[in-house]
Amino acid sequence: MEAGAAAPAKVNKPAMTAQRNTLVASLGLLALVLLAWQFLPPALDVPKFIIPTVTDCLAEMKRMWAQEGLLGHTLSTALYTVLGFAIGSLLGAVIGYLLGMSEFWEKVLSPYILALQIAPKVAFAPLFIMWFGYNAMPKLLVTVLIVFFPVLVNVLQAMRTVDRDLVNLARAYNLSRWGIFLKVEMPSTMPNLMAGLRIASTLAVIGVTVGELVGGNTGLGFLISYGGGQANAAMVFNAIVLLTVIGFLLYTVLVRIEERVLHYLPKAQH
Amino acid sequence: MALEFRSVTKEFTTGTGQNLVAVNDINFRVNEGEFVSVVGPSGCGKSTILSMTAGLYQPTQGEVFVSDDRVSGPNAHVGFMLQKDLLLPWRNIVSNVEFGLEARGVAKSERRDRAMAELKRCHLAGFENHYPYQLSGGMRQRAALARTLAIKPEIVLLDEPFSALDAQTKLLLQNSFAGTIAQTGKTTLLITHDLAEAVLMSDRILVLSERPGTVVAEIKVDLPHREEPLRRRVMPEVSDYAAQIFKHLKLEEKAI
Ligand SMILES: Nc1ncnc2c1ncn2[C@@H]1O[C@H](COP(=O)(O)OP(=O)(O)OP(=O)(O)O)[C@@H](O)[C@H]1O
Ligand SMILES: [Mg+2]
Repeated sequence: MEAGAAAPAKVNKPAMTAQRNTLVASLGLLALVLLAWQFLPPALDVPKFIIPTVTDCLAEMKRMWAQEGLLGHTLSTALYTVLGFAIGSLLGAVIGYLLGMSEFWEKVLSPYILALQIAPKVAFAPLFIMWFGYNAMPKLLVTVLIVFFPVLVNVLQAMRTVDRDLVNLARAYNLSRWGIFLKVEMPSTMPNLMAGLRIASTLAVIGVTVGELVGGNTGLGFLISYGGGQANAAMVFNAIVLLTVIGFLLYTVLVRIEERVLHYLPKAQH
Repeated sequence: MALEFRSVTKEFTTGTGQNLVAVNDINFRVNEGEFVSVVGPSGCGKSTILSMTAGLYQPTQGEVFVSDDRVSGPNAHVGFMLQKDLLLPWRNIVSNVEFGLEARGVAKSERRDRAMAELKRCHLAGFENHYPYQLSGGMRQRAALARTLAIKPEIVLLDEPFSALDAQTKLLLQNSFAGTIAQTGKTTLLITHDLAEAVLMSDRILVLSERPGTVVAEIKVDLPHREEPLRRRVMPEVSDYAAQIFKHLKLEEKAI
């Protein structure tokens, strides 16, 4: 046991140096790109309304903060991203598990699920606006819809491949159907569920953005279409950056949760 | 009588809709505390026998009795173990051992006590907080045995529990299993295709024919030290017994 506890500590040192190296390289690359962005367009005589420089963008960011209510737009987008992600993945997971438990309904519904999965969900946005008007509902629905499928499909796939022998073992131990689900099936599907959630988190931002682009007067998506209309490229750039930050934060949180939840998997499999 | 098969036949309906007779008219008895091995060619229905004993599915014809009760579904008399350890990877070893007790209304503190006792018996004390991926294959099988014994079954069913292990680990594990089983006095049915293993570990060996499996021979192993296969291993009679089984298996092969 002692040896087992000591061994990971030893391999940690080179691993940490390697980690630091990748971090330094990543940051170096970022600095390089920012420098190129700052100095290349003026050097090539690209006008500001086509490609604004980094400092232009920062100045515009300040102006947006002061005059356009940037904070409010950002928080609104973040809120609907998280909300849509939460509702969509909850629905996807619940329906995935339900279908996973009923082979009959899974077979009945699978062609429709496939069709809906292939259909471009963002194209529903104008419809939702026609149905619900220019409020938060359409963008929320688009997000829910776009998040729903990767979670559903991953859960369903995992439910199909749960080890039959494991289920039989649980049956032999007199576990109820519900007990088998809670103690065998659900934990078995965790890796797939987490993978589905990770994909879904990146899609959630797309859903909200499209919803805001198409209709409404709040959110970063709205700022993109507004800035685009005014030929204010810096505004569009800034909104894109902030959207990316929101998506990135959500993704990072999920990866953290995944590491916690799936701690029992040997590291090499991650 | 700990276990009895009475004219048991099992048919499966295959994917193409045909009927496949896995085992045909199986009759045998296992006495309390006895260690019986079942050997036979691949696909002759050995695992089917085990599943019917565990109550995972019903015979098409005939009846299976465990401790004088007709088996009609999963029941508390039987604990089984497969070639795969079937440990839950998200649970540490001690809660894996507790798994079988959870649906049986055993109080939490008693579950822990029983699990720890079984782990100790299976030489895994000190590993209770490890996760399955942190253990070797042999240790995982011992943990699976601990889980099987923790429910205090009257019969232990083992389906090729050693066949995924390397030769050396296998010998050591056979020895440790045999010791543990002798110590607990459990009735045991071991399914194996390793003839030497059958001779080293059992009181009696049932030889099955090719599919549809039926009992073609019953060999009583009259050797001491059932609780210690490593000591049996050096006895000259072992190879005679193995040769005898071999003969039975081969005869069947020629007849088909
Ligand atoms: N659930 C099932 N549905 C259909 N056929 C089955 C099923 N289970 C087993 N069979 C068939 O029954 C026969 C016996 O299977 P079984 O698993 O009992 O063999 P076995 O003796 O354990 O073989 P092995 O030594 O390879 O493990 C095989 O031909 C198998 O294809
Ligand atoms: Mg088998």
